[in-house]
Amino acid sequence: MTAMVEISNAEKTFVMHLQVGVELPVVRGVSFRVEPGECVVLSGPSGAGKSSILKMIFGNYRCDGGRIGIRHEGAQIDLATAEPRQVLSVRRSTIGYVSQFLRAVPRVAAIDVVAEPLIANGAARAAAREQAGSLLRSLNIPERLWALPPSTFSGGEQQRVNIARGFISDLPILLLDEPTASLDAANRAVVVDLIDGKKRAGVAMVAIVHDDEIRRLIADRIVDVTSFAAAA
Amino acid sequence: MNAPAAAYNFAYLDEQTKRMIRRAILKAIAIPGYQVPFASREMPMPYGWGTGGVQVTASILGPDDVLKVIDQGSDDTTNAISIRKFFEKTAGVKTTTFTKDATVIQTRHRIPEEPLHDRQVLVYQVPIPEPLRFLEPRETETRRMHALSEYGLMHVKLYEDIARFGHIATSYAYPVKVNARYVMDPSPTPKFDNPKMDNCEALQLFGAGREKRIYAVPPHTKVVSLDFEDHPFSRYRHDAPCALCGADDSYLDEIVTDDRGGRMFVCSDTDYCEKRRADGHRGTESAVGPDLEAKHG
Amino acid sequence: MAEIDNDQPLLIAEQLGKSYGHQLGCRDVSFKLYEGEVLAIVGESGSGKTTLLQLLSAQLKPSAGRVLYRMRDAITRDLGSLGEAERRFLFRTDWGYVHQDPALGLRMAVSAGANVGERLMAVGWNHYGRIRDAASSWLDRVEIDAARIDDAPRTYSGGMRQRLQIARNLVTEPRLVFMDEPTGGLDVSVQARLLDLMRSLVNELGLAAIIVTHDLAVARLLSHRVMVMKGGRVIETGLTDQVLDDPREPYTQLLVSSILPA
Repeated sequence: MTAMVEISNAEKTFVMHLQVGVELPVVRGVSFRVEPGECVVLSGPSGAGKSSILKMIFGNYRCDGGRIGIRHEGAQIDLATAEPRQVLSVRRSTIGYVSQFLRAVPRVAAIDVVAEPLIANGAARAAAREQAGSLLRSLNIPERLWALPPSTFSGGEQQRVNIARGFISDLPILLLDEPTASLDAANRAVVVDLIDGKKRAGVAMVAIVHDDEIRRLIADRIVDVTSFAAAA
Repeated sequence: MNAPAAAYNFAYLDEQTKRMIRRAILKAIAIPGYQVPFASREMPMPYGWGTGGVQVTASILGPDDVLKVIDQGSDDTTNAISIRKFFEKTAGVKTTTFTKDATVIQTRHRIPEEPLHDRQVLVYQVPIPEPLRFLEPRETETRRMHALSEYGLMHVKLYEDIARFGHIATSYAYPVKVNARYVMDPSPTPKFDNPKMDNCEALQLFGAGREKRIYAVPPHTKVVSLDFEDHPFSRYRHDAPCALCGADDSYLDEIVTDDRGGRMFVCSDTDYCEKRRADGHRGTESAVGPDLEAKHG
Repeated sequence: MAEIDNDQPLLIAEQLGKSYGHQLGCRDVSFKLYEGEVLAIVGESGSGKTTLLQLLSAQLKPSAGRVLYRMRDAITRDLGSLGEAERRFLFRTDWGYVHQDPALGLRMAVSAGANVGERLMAVGWNHYGRIRDAASSWLDRVEIDAARIDDAPRTYSGGMRQRLQIARNLVTEPRLVFMDEPTGGLDVSVQARLLDLMRSLVNELGLAAIIVTHDLAVARLLSHRVMVMKGGRVIETGLTDQVLDDPREPYTQLLVSSILPA
C-alpha cells in the first residue's frame, strides 16, 4: 500500500471516573487514508472528535479499538498497538504534530525551540539555527525576538513559532490542528504557502481548519467526522 | 640492669595476652598496612601515653633483647625515660640509647636517622590509626573503603590542601600506600621520615592502644607516599645545618634560646647528634656546647 | 540528542516487589528501560515510588523479582548477583543518584571542585591540574560560577547545591541516572532553571534516567514515559503525554485533574 496513513475502524471512548464512571463515546468506525502529497481536512462541528482523531494518529490519545496504520521507515505499523518506544520512534522520524498551543520550556529561546527537532535528529546546532531563522523570518517573526523565550510572545507569535517548529523538519506526515487560528491574513497566506510546499515535497497531511477560505485553499479531500459520531 | 620485680610477669603482660597480641602481629605482618583489631589491655599509663606501643613491645621482648625508647627523637624526655624504666623494671632487659645497638626500638613520632638493619624491630606509638578518620567519621564506612580499596576520599584531602594552600599541607602523619594495597597512617612522624619506611630492612610494627589496632610493615615492603603527578611528594626540612653537629640531612627541632626571638635548630634524633659530635663533627653553636646540651638533653 | 543505541534494554525490572513483613513496599513492577529514555515514576507519598527507586538502584534487596542491568561490557547482569565491590563501583561510575536533599549527595565541608573531582580520583585520576580543569568545566556546564570552585557547598544556595550534585554525578559520564524528587524543596523559579538544565543535559548526553516525582509538571517536562503508582502498585503506564492527556485509571484522572491551574 502506498498510503502514509490508513485508519480502519478506530474508536475511542472516555471513561470519566471522576464523574461516577460516565462513559463518553467520542468516535467510532473511523476509517480513511491519506496518500503522500495530499492534505485531508477533517470537518465537523466542535466536539465532534476532530482533535481526538488527530491525537489518536499521533499516539497522544490511546485507541480503544481498530487500527491506525502508519507507514514508518518503509514498513506498515499499527500505532494503536505499538510499544511506547516505537511510538517515540515514529514521532521522531515520521509524524509531526502542530498543535494550537505552544507548550514551551521556560528558558529556551524561540530560535532554539524551532531548531530543536533538527538537532534532536543529529543536525549541527549552527546549521539548524540558520534554518530556524529563515523559517521564522518567512513567518514574520522579527529577529530581535529570536533570542527570547516564546512564553512572553503574543498568541499569534506563539502560534507561528509552533508552526515553524512543526514545519522545519522533513517528516513525511504532518498533523495540523488549526494552524492558522489567531493569525492575520498575511501570515495565513504564509502558512498556506508552507503547506503547499510540503505537499509538493510529498508530505501527507491531516488538518483541522475552521476557516472556510483556508480549507478551500489547502484541502485535497474533506472527511466529515460527523459520520464517525458514536452514539452516546 | 635490675632483676625483674617479683610481682610482675616478664614485661608486665601475662602470657595469654602476649599470645593474643602476637597473633594480631602475625596477621598484621601477613597483610601489610591492614589495621588488625586487638583486645587492648589496661596498662599502668593512661590512653594517649603510648599504651599501644608498650603492649606491642611487651609482647615481643625477650630476655636477650636490647631496648631503646625515644620520644620525638630524644631518649631523654620524660616519657621515653618512663617507658624505658618500666621495661627495665618489669622485664629486666638491657636498655640503650645507641640506635645501632638496639634490637627493639619503641618510638613516639620519629624514625631514627641511622638506617635500621634486619635484626631490629621498630615499634611505633599510634594515636589514631585510621588515615581516613577525619574525612569519614563512620568506622563502618572506613572499613568498607579499605576492604574495597576505595581511596578516592584520601585524594580529596590532598586536593583540598592544594586548592587551599597551593601545595599539600600535610606535614606529619602523611598517608602512604603499603604494598600497593592499603593506605596507612604512618603515625604522626614528620613526612621527612616517610621515605625511611620504604624498603626498610627492619620490621615496623604499629600499636594503637586506645583505638585497639595493630598494623605492620614487613621488611623490604614498598611504602609510597600519596601525591599527585603534578604535585609530587617532597620531604620537608628546615634549610639549615644542625647547630650542634653540623648535619644537613637530619630532621631538625627548633629550640627557643631566649626571650628575644633567639632560636636554633638541632637534630631531633639525639643519639644521631651525639654520635656525630663524638666523631668530631661540629656545628656553629658547639662552642657553647655543654650548656646547651643540658638545655637540649 | 545522542543516537539512541542498540535495541537491547539497559535496565529490566521483572516482577519486582518489596515487603516489610506485612507492610507492602511495592509489588509486581515490571518494565524495560532503554538507553536515552527517561522514565518518571509518579505517585503521592506512600505510593511506593521511593522504595521502587531504591530497589532499582540496588540499594535495597527485593523480596520478589529481580533487576537486570546491561553493564558497560554489554553483558546483562542480575543486580542481586553483583558483589558489593562491583555494586559500589557501578554506583560511582556508570550510574548517578541525585537525592532530593543535596546535602545527602554531597560532601558539604569539602570544596565544590573536590566534590566534582572525587569520582575521578576514585577511578584513578592522579593529576591535580587535570582534575581541577574537569571540575571547572562541569561547574560551568551546570551554570555555577567557576570562581566558586574552591567554596564548600555549605556556602551555596539550595539550587546551586542541587546543580553541584548533578555535576558530581555526571562527571563519570554515567549511562543511567536515578533522581529522587530532584526539584523538591526548591523555589519555583529555581526549579524551572534546574529542570531546564536537566532536560538539556539528558538530551545532550543521551542519558537514561528514572525520576521519582510527585510533580506531574516535572514528569511532563523531562520524561518520555511515566508509571503511576498507588498503594505499591503500578496502576498505569505509557508515554508521558498519553498518560497525562488521556488518563484511563480513576486514580490517574484524579491526579491529573488535581493540578492547580497556573
